[in-house]
Amino acid sequence: MRYRKFLRKLFPFLLTLPVMFFIFFPILWLLSASFSTQVELYAVPTHWIPQHPTLRNYLDIFFPNLAASTVPRTFAVSLWNSMRIASVVTVVCIVIGSLAAYAIVRIPFKFNRAIHLGLVTTRMIPEVSLILPLFIIASGLKLINKPIVLVIVYMSFALPYAIWMMAAYFQTIPIELEEAARMDGCTRLGILFRVVMPISVPGLVSTAMFVFLVAWDEFFYALIFTSTLAAKTVPVAIAEFVGRYAVNITGMMAGGILAALPPVILAFIFQRYIISGMTAGAVKG
Amino acid sequence: MRTLYKIALLVMIAIMVVSCGPKPTTQPTQPGATSVPATEPAATPVTIHVLTMDQAGLSPAEIDQIARDFEALNPEIKVVMEYVGYDYVHDKIVTGMAATPPAYDAAMIDLIWTDEFVKAGYLLDVTDQITPEMTAGIFPAAWNAITRDNKVYGLPWLMDTKYFMYNTDILQQAGFTDPPKTWEELVVQATAIKAQGLVEYPIIWSWPQQEGAVCDFTILLYGNGGTFLDANGGPAFNNEKGVQALTWMKQTLDDGLSNPSSVASNEMAVEASFLAGQAAFAVNWLFQYSDSLDAAKSQIVGKAGFAPMPVFAAGAAAGIQSASVDGSSPFGIMATTPYADQTWRFLAYLSSNDVQMQYSAKMLPVWQADFEGDNLALLEAAAPTNPVTVPAFLGQFPYANQRPTVSYYNEASMALQLALQEALTGVKTPQEALDAAAAKWVELAAQ
Amino acid sequence: MTTIATSHPKQRLSLRKQDARFAWLLLAPSILIILGVTLWPIISTFILSFFNAQTGLNQVRTFVGFGNYIEMLKDQTFWDTIGRTLYFTVVSVGLELILGLAIAQLVHSHPWGWKFLRFSLIIPWAVPTIVNGAMWRWIYSADFGALNGLLMQLGLIKHYIAWLTLPNMAMPLVILADVWHMMPFVALILQAALATLPEELDEAAAVDGANAWQRFWKIRIPLLRPAILVALIARTVDAFRVFDIVYIITNGGPASKTMTITYLTYLNTFSYGKQGMGAALSFLISFFVLIMAFVYIRVLYRPEEN
Repeated sequence: MRYRKFLRKLFPFLLTLPVMFFIFFPILWLLSASFSTQVELYAVPTHWIPQHPTLRNYLDIFFPNLAASTVPRTFAVSLWNSMRIASVVTVVCIVIGSLAAYAIVRIPFKFNRAIHLGLVTTRMIPEVSLILPLFIIASGLKLINKPIVLVIVYMSFALPYAIWMMAAYFQTIPIELEEAARMDGCTRLGILFRVVMPISVPGLVSTAMFVFLVAWDEFFYALIFTSTLAAKTVPVAIAEFVGRYAVNITGMMAGGILAALPPVILAFIFQRYIISGMTAGAVKG
Repeated sequence: MRTLYKIALLVMIAIMVVSCGPKPTTQPTQPGATSVPATEPAATPVTIHVLTMDQAGLSPAEIDQIARDFEALNPEIKVVMEYVGYDYVHDKIVTGMAATPPAYDAAMIDLIWTDEFVKAGYLLDVTDQITPEMTAGIFPAAWNAITRDNKVYGLPWLMDTKYFMYNTDILQQAGFTDPPKTWEELVVQATAIKAQGLVEYPIIWSWPQQEGAVCDFTILLYGNGGTFLDANGGPAFNNEKGVQALTWMKQTLDDGLSNPSSVASNEMAVEASFLAGQAAFAVNWLFQYSDSLDAAKSQIVGKAGFAPMPVFAAGAAAGIQSASVDGSSPFGIMATTPYADQTWRFLAYLSSNDVQMQYSAKMLPVWQADFEGDNLALLEAAAPTNPVTVPAFLGQFPYANQRPTVSYYNEASMALQLALQEALTGVKTPQEALDAAAAKWVELAAQ
Repeated sequence: MTTIATSHPKQRLSLRKQDARFAWLLLAPSILIILGVTLWPIISTFILSFFNAQTGLNQVRTFVGFGNYIEMLKDQTFWDTIGRTLYFTVVSVGLELILGLAIAQLVHSHPWGWKFLRFSLIIPWAVPTIVNGAMWRWIYSADFGALNGLLMQLGLIKHYIAWLTLPNMAMPLVILADVWHMMPFVALILQAALATLPEELDEAAAVDGANAWQRFWKIRIPLLRPAILVALIARTVDAFRVFDIVYIITNGGPASKTMTITYLTYLNTFSYGKQGMGAALSFLISFFVLIMAFVYIRVLYRPEEN
């Protein structure tokens, strides 16, 4: 029996191995390349681990005054800009999005189905098409090159999805729980914050990750709407590593690793909330 | 587990602290900051915004310095520079011009956009501002980039053309004393190099679905005595000269002389291959040479040589000595700028002889006089690479050909890029592909 | 749409009104932001699509009615591009869904190291699209790429292959890069949904004799329907409009084999200066996406289900 149990545990584990390989092969290679010199990156056969590793790529980014070119120097500032913008967008989207999601899913009123379905239609136009009219408006309001303009634009991109996602999670919560709370005299808002949201924490965190990454990742609007370091974001900074006359591929790889780091660290920190959310659900259920 | 979280938090905080740590010393602008202690300005300073490519010619730090120097001489003008990669300059100009006032007062224009922008009314006619000094002093060929119908719309700034570079070591090992003078000779040399096993693919080009492919095609087309347009402005590149050039391109791929990755390589990939010693011949812009001397990037330090761009035997017979492509980038003033005068003063300063000589180590000046007599010696002494690059430039730039100066160039170029790709990947024959592109050009001209 | 039971009809009516007001209050901030930002641009683009509008100052705009639309719909290139984009969307989203579901289930079954697996999922997704594109472009590089290196060292190929120049390989390779990047999104959504599912149903079924496979298909999947719908719609809408990753890896080549419809729109609007045409293209894209979303919703949307 124990043998069988061991096998049952082993089999899923074996399945995780190819998944891990799929996930990590490109990333580890990116990491390795970020510690390479350009010469070594062009080596044949491929040097999986650099024979002459260097910290130069990272040093150029963190100690700007020693860097050979300006691009690494500006990278650190863009990291900070992206952090600010993405954090604000995420927090605001989750808060007001969850309100909207709850309204659509739990409150009976005439238009909720229409709104539920209609939300995504706002996202169907490709963003590249809207950029010119938005630029004209933003320019008229003198918001160009200020982080706030990106915050607002990204919120409009992320909210429809965020509301959809949170609505889906709210839907999976048994209605009995909410009715029980109602019986206990809870107001609607109280039910939302005391019953629904704690249980849907895994869903909320996933939605938050999605929103954060939408804001973190977006390139074209960041490119057009920002001009200087006051508002430049990480994707724009990364794009500058490789231009028509300049090749700093290893610098870009280092930048890429650093650009991926904040979301990963945030995910690590918030991982426990997904797990604790699960337990909360089991206990309450 | 708790310690892991603490460490994670610490790392996050560390990144954030470092990110807002020491600011770059040459930050272009911060609200309220003036980097030059100026005397009290007589009137409120006018701020002009200028867009340029980063890492083209001069570095942003150097251009910022020029801007600061200009501000010191003109305290009532503040210059805000913006730097973006080449791929995005066009889009930023187009969006910038949609706003009123425009986002930029001046911008670096790639010469292939000049016709489009003139037609769109983006560029200010500054013919009246051009001094006789400028007309006489600047390379005549440099004006091509920014002059249309005898009207000048800006000032030359960066001149560039594609050069034929080769690996001196590999050539020597193969037993050749001189680089090839014709493309046919190139094939002979490349075949020998390949046969001796020195490199697998002796030639690397940039033939991707990007502008670089049209640049290379320009070189080969004109080297065969062909042209893009005929006397009536209709497409001529699909005549037998163009088809020959394209067929030759495909043939070198099929024979394994041209690297198959050329079909997806942009100029940076070409450089990568050449600097790794994997190609004996590589056609590229000037930056490939200075990078070849950088040990962090290049395995062929000191082994890169220049030669005049070869032509086809047919072209040589027709009297064509060399044929390359003009890739210059002048500066233009945007037509709707409220500060035309101030912007002009800045551009004139940027392109002035003094400033250009000052930075001649990084970018060759547009003034002819700098290449003559004593000045030439000065110029060559200005940087370690100049003794090589200056003669190369003087030898090649006069033969730089223009790509078609039509307002619909972007779309025409896309059609041609597609045609080149289809022929090179074997989807269509060269004749078919070029005919299809020519048909598109006719359609575009009619619109 | 589930509601909480109330008693008296009269009470119900005023409660309804109260409810409606309350609902609008909750929805107001979101609607304000979404419409405030996108309404005017969408309308102005829509209007523009009926004009022959070129980029430029003081350009004459001639009204052409449906001219732009008709010209596009008659153009073979347009339909080829739509076909390519559909190919990308179907394969990419399909793979993401299958892999995402499988991995979500895998994580949910708590094998050894499942927490680490769950955590590592965020990594490919966290890499910015630009970096992802550049990284895969490098991996696929004909002369120096890791793919060639790996295959060569495993003895699967004799010499390096110029992958991105092969017309039939380019799109699958771009799809691979996109799947690697976005599959975690689907996996995480589904995993979170699985985590919220009540265990009792599953346990009850097990007691009744249903095996793992039956439990999976008959119980879990139907309960996951809202989450699957969300993931499908989000990914389809985004995959159909893919642009950044194609721009970076192949620039639409070779021979336009990876040119997607948003890329074409971008070229028309920005490179060719044909803003009216670009606007018409955007709405055509929206139309296609709307149809796909409509199909999904018809098939999967069950608001009453819980």
